[in-house]
Amino acid sequence: MKSRREFLQQAATGAVLLGTSAAAQKLAFAAPAGKSRVVVARDPSLHGDAAQPDEQKVLALLDKAMAAYTGRDKPVEAWKRIIPSGILAGKTIGLKVNGLGGRGISTHPALIQAVAERLQQAGVKPGNILVWERDARGLAACGMTVNTDAGRVRCYGSDVAGYEDQPVPCGPVQIRLAKILTRECAMVVNLPILKDHGMAGITFSMKNMYGVLDKPALLHPNNCNPGVADINAIPAVRDKVRFTIGDAISSVYDGGPGFHPERLWYPNALLVGEDRVAVDHTAWQMIDRRRAEAGMPTLEAAGRKPVYIATAADDAHRLGTCDPERIRLIEV
Amino acid sequence: MNLSKTRSTRKILAAIAIAFLAVAVGCKKKAIDPLPPSGAVAGWDKSSETRVFAAKDLWQYIDGDAEQYLAAGVVSTSTSDYKYQGQLEAVVDVYTMKDAAGARKILESAGSSGAQSVQVGDAGLAYGQSVTFRKGPYLVRIVAYESTPGTEQALLALAHGVETRL
Repeated sequence: MKSRREFLQQAATGAVLLGTSAAAQKLAFAAPAGKSRVVVARDPSLHGDAAQPDEQKVLALLDKAMAAYTGRDKPVEAWKRIIPSGILAGKTIGLKVNGLGGRGISTHPALIQAVAERLQQAGVKPGNILVWERDARGLAACGMTVNTDAGRVRCYGSDVAGYEDQPVPCGPVQIRLAKILTRECAMVVNLPILKDHGMAGITFSMKNMYGVLDKPALLHPNNCNPGVADINAIPAVRDKVRFTIGDAISSVYDGGPGFHPERLWYPNALLVGEDRVAVDHTAWQMIDRRRAEAGMPTLEAAGRKPVYIATAADDAHRLGTCDPERIRLIEV
Repeated sequence: MNLSKTRSTRKILAAIAIAFLAVAVGCKKKAIDPLPPSGAVAGWDKSSETRVFAAKDLWQYIDGDAEQYLAAGVVSTSTSDYKYQGQLEAVVDVYTMKDAAGARKILESAGSSGAQSVQVGDAGLAYGQSVTFRKGPYLVRIVAYESTPGTEQALLALAHGVETRL
């Protein structure tokens, strides 16, 4: 019988749910030793005139992105390259969405449904998929309703599951991690939405991990640097959050992270990759290009350079690369 | 003689106490609910409960946006969802700042590129899908989730409805 302290330590390292053998199992599709790959898949017709994007087109765009990333045209095969077989077989896969910006600028329900659908086709039981955010309000902003019934895709937040009692160090502060991350999920697919951020510069893959701790405000000082890198370097986050399917279907290029319709923009894109730093670096360039088109200063010129991205790549964090020479950008 | 003196003293003390209470009650700032109930503004229904966030908890509502409001002296924030004619959905946020300068600071930092000046409160800005205005220490932001031909006028009507309650 494990002691509570042992359990928490293992939970923080991500070893509890994976088990020893599964923890040792590498991703079925590990990032190449050379360049980190980031796929940017676009469909300009995604939105049309409707407020929400076309669900079938979102599913098709997801398939296109996954095919480009994995080299597998069949969606089921593509997903099997991403999800280790030991997890596909019966572990819980979390889908960490982002609903903090409210209904106007949250992870689109069509994308969440598309990922859940493909996971099930790849063999994941519905109840082993857990759509997850800080609370019910955030989930509602993503078009989700709370469901704890394991017969269907589950959906609830840390307001239901709670946080660990035992704090863990995160840089200079102590935080408590969401039990959904530490105890329930063997792997997390990150589904952030691309936004400008008044402090961090941008919020996307790595910043979405502020939703896994009890008091994210603790990590906001100094433009969220090194807070974003620190939270992603915590073993439970580093090891379990392995893949990003970033929602850039719509975005705000200024005034974020809240919903500012006057700064809304439709990249109609998904950004996919295992290297969270490379994904964020690519997203940053997208935001800056849009700001330039709108006649606005770059984030750096505006005093909001997302410096945490370089911090995440430094020797102390080693979460990925932000060196353009080491990123292979695949645009489809 | 002593009895009469005691009674007089008691009367004086009672009068002082009543006066003190009256002043205290009068001085106490009346709590304002700035969010109009359903029907108070033609066509608009209040579609959720009012949620109130103290300054220290504002991050729970607006994440990193909270910092700029904290720097400008936000005291509390009230918010509620609204629906216009059963279709157009919007959210109203009322930020109560420490003073009018804080509300002005936020409004000015919002930028006016593409905005239209509107006569609401002390100053206001409207975009197609949002209206932001300040009145004294209050900063009000109303945002619709979609744009229809009537959105701007409907938002302005709701803004005036909020303004009259501040």
